[in-house]
Parts: sequence; C-alpha cells; structure tokens
Amino acid sequence: MPGTLPADFTDLEPFVDWAIPTERARYAKRISSTMEELQAFYDAAFPRVDDTMAHLEQFSLDALPDDAKRLLWLYCSLMTVSFPVEVWRQPRVPDSGAAAFDAVLEPAI
Amino acid sequence: MPHFPKPAEGSWTEHYPDLGTGPISYADSTSPEVYERERDAIFSRTWLNVGRVEQLPKVGSYFTRELDAARTSIVVVRASKDEIRAFYNICRHRGNKLVWTDYPGEETSGTCRQFTCKYHGWRYNLNGACTFVQQESEFFGLDKNDYPLASVQADVWEGFIFVNLDPANTTPLRDYLGKFAKGIEGYPFHELTQVHKYRAEVGSNWKLFIDAFAEFYHAPILHAKQSVAEESRKLSDVGYEALAYELDGPHGMVSTWTGGGEPPDLNMVKPIERKVRSGLFGPWDAPDIVDELPPGLNPSGNKLWGLDSYLFFPNFMVLIWKENWVITYHYWPTSYNTHIFEGTCYFAPPKNARERVAQELAVVTFKEYALQDGNTLEATQTMLESRTHVTTFPLNDQEVLLRHLHKTAHRYVSEYEQQRPRTPATV
Repeated sequence: MPGTLPADFTDLEPFVDWAIPTERARYAKRISSTMEELQAFYDAAFPRVDDTMAHLEQFSLDALPDDAKRLLWLYCSLMTVSFPVEVWRQPRVPDSGAAAFDAVLEPAI
Repeated sequence: MPHFPKPAEGSWTEHYPDLGTGPISYADSTSPEVYERERDAIFSRTWLNVGRVEQLPKVGSYFTRELDAARTSIVVVRASKDEIRAFYNICRHRGNKLVWTDYPGEETSGTCRQFTCKYHGWRYNLNGACTFVQQESEFFGLDKNDYPLASVQADVWEGFIFVNLDPANTTPLRDYLGKFAKGIEGYPFHELTQVHKYRAEVGSNWKLFIDAFAEFYHAPILHAKQSVAEESRKLSDVGYEALAYELDGPHGMVSTWTGGGEPPDLNMVKPIERKVRSGLFGPWDAPDIVDELPPGLNPSGNKLWGLDSYLFFPNFMVLIWKENWVITYHYWPTSYNTHIFEGTCYFAPPKNARERVAQELAVVTFKEYALQDGNTLEATQTMLESRTHVTTFPLNDQEVLLRHLHKTAHRYVSEYEQQRPRTPATV
C-alpha cells in the first residue's frame, strides 16, 4: 500500500495495521498481540510523537487528509498500547480477568 | 492523624449520627428477594437519568432505554423544539414493543416524524397521540383519542434528561436532586460535547459498583500497578483522605484532591503521560470554558481541590474535574447480582490533533481502571454470596458514602412497604 501515511512517516509504514479507526478495534488488536509486537510498535512510534503532532496540527481536525487521518488513528493506538509497554509487561491490565468494558459511542476521526 | 480537617464530631460518619459506626450487613446485595423489592420501591419511583439533550438534537430525534430494573422499556423523544417527552414503549393495540431495531431487547435511537408499530402499522405522533389505525372500520366503535401512548414523567436538569415512572410521585425533579444539583447549576455541561461512552455487563449487585466509586480508599492499593513503582509505594504508604464528604437526603458527594494537571515532578508519571500531557485525571491543560466555578464545587474551599463526585440516588454519578471535563456513571441492575455499568467521558471538542490524542489517553486510561474495578466486584459478589458465616463488614470514615447508600436503599424499601401493608417487610 504506497503512501498510506504522510511522506515524512514512511518509517512507520510497517506498523500501519495499527491505523485503526475505533477504540474497540484498537483494544482488540492490543490484547491479541504479543508483548514483542506491542514493544516494537511503541519503540517505532513513541519517538515520533512530536513530529506527528506538528504534522497533524497543520490541519483542522474535521478536514484531515486520508493519510493524516491514518496517522492520527495510529497514534490513538499508541495511547492504547502505552500502558502494557510502560508498566505491566502484559497486554491486559492486571487483575482484570475476562472483564470487558466496550466503547459504545466515541467521536469519529 | 488527618491531613484535612474533619467535622467537630471527629469524623464524617459521626457528623451524620443516623448512620451509626458499626459493621454493616451486605445481605441487601445477595438476595433476589431484596432486589425485587428495590425494583418496586426505588427504580419504579425515583427520578432516573436516562440521557442528555445532545442525544436528541432535533424534533423527532428519539432513543429507547431498557429499564429492566423497573421492568419496562421507554422511548424518549424531542416532541418540539423546547419539549422532551417520554412514553412507555408499548403499542396500544396489542402490546407490541413500539420502537426497536432487529433485536427487541436492544436499545435503539434515530429520528422520525411519527412512531409506527411494526406489527399492524398503528401510528403515533411525537406527542403520543394515535394518528392512524390500520383498517379502523373493522374495530368496534374505536376512538383513536382513547389510545394515546402511555406517558412517563420527563424533565431536564442542566441538559440531563430524567424520567420518573411513578405517576403518583409529584416531587419535581429539581426538588428531588436537592442542594448538590442547585450548587452546580450553571456548570458548562453543554460545552462538553465530545463524548466517549463505555458499557460493561458486571457480575455484581448494582450497589457494590457504586460502593467502589464512592470511596477512593481502594485507589492506592487496587490500582497500585497503574503507577510508576516509586509513586505507587508512596501512595500506599500515605493512604487516602478526602477533602470533604456531604450528604443531602438520599444523595451524597465526596470532594477530593487528585493527581490532575501537570505533576510537580514529571518522574511521577509515565513517559506517554509526559509526552501527551494527559492521564487518568484528564488532559493537563484545561480548556478555557469555565469563567467561574459554580458555588457548590469544592465545598471545603481547599486549594488542592481536584474533583467533586456526586451520587444522585439511586444510580447516577457525576464527576466534575478541575481540568474542566466530566465523567458520568450509571448502574442499571439486571438481576440481584448483575448490572450494566455505563461510564461516559465528556470533553470540550478538541481544537487540534494534540488535544484529541490527550483526550484519547485519558479515556483509555479510565478504561483500564474500570476493568480492574469491574473484575474485582465479581470477586466480591461471589464471596458475599458464599456461605462463609461472615455476615457483617466494618466500614471506615472514608467509606461514609457507602454506609449512606445502603441505608438509603433500605429506607426506600421499608418506607414504600409501610405504605402498602400487605407486603411483608422483613429486612
């Protein structure tokens, strides 16, 4: 898929499967991933937070080009994976068993 | 030694002498019979928050609510620019559920000019009047005026839509909500239109989850693994004390400090929080939407204030954060040991991607805490139901709102049953 992310972010293309539009699906991908996969995504994306925000702030949120929209989805996924990588070393929050807490309404990006 | 002053009586609990200080029973949370009585005495007669006005943006916008605890389903509709109405969700012909999509038990929403029953095509306008009867001449002297939708009391406070299923309950909504609601009137809830709503089916009695969110005594322990290690140790050594607790009739509130805003030492928080300037307590940079806080907030006037959390009995909590965002919780019982929990975060619309991502971090962090809380409740419920011969439980002063909640639920049941002498009151 050429040009799925803005041109300055080709280093993140291997992780473009994290460009997911909804929190529910982002979370589902997180808990079906290994820690190695979460770590690799985090290690690639975290150092580029500032670059990403600077790029996205050129646009109004309701008029994001498609590639910028995917980049924002990808960084929403970084929020989703940050806790497992930074603190728990496991994809699920400790002591949460099979509990589910599902998004039923969220603002579209 | 308290870090924050307590009332002259020496404790928050003793400030309200009716509460007592002894251990309490949780028999009210493990009994199908008590739950049936709560359905009649509480959920069928108190004002219940069922949504917000933003869910009904134009005339004809509607949503349904499944109120299992009150054994019914309702439809809430914007009948005119200035009027929101609610009806029992039942067709007057032969009792079919009027508004539903695909699955009769699931809630739905949309916009319409009139309601049409799927079964025989009877139609009702937005005010509930029956406007069309299929093959009307086949009926026997039927007058459509005699068959309007059955109306439910509905009213709006600060954009929150409430219903009351008891036609005999004549207490106006504002009187019922009391001084806490009056004290926060004028808060710009209407500015917080960026909404993230979550829902969980929880395996516990509804009151147990309210208990979990009505005290922060658990926070440094249950959520220890949510903080960086050193911070976590400090939190559990210090424990938790609120700035203030207040009760008003059936309602209660806790006022507290938080870890909100930019932390004094950035090493206290995770790398992502430093980078995005957000976390469990919301984005650090508050949107400029509040000119002056309503007088009811921060009742102790403490400069450390960060959050006021209100429980409007029976099942509606509103959390107002210093950083100008809001959470609401709803607990909808589905049986004596199950309920549906809804947690909704409301933010000012983000002005750019940075603000959007900061809100996302707050929301997904909130979700992690709720997952731990919900799962722990199932552990509590199963043991309360087991035959351990442990029947009473001590509550401390930071758990004063729990003591009040269980006492209030019990009082509603007994007062209701005293008015109806044929029903035995045994608890």
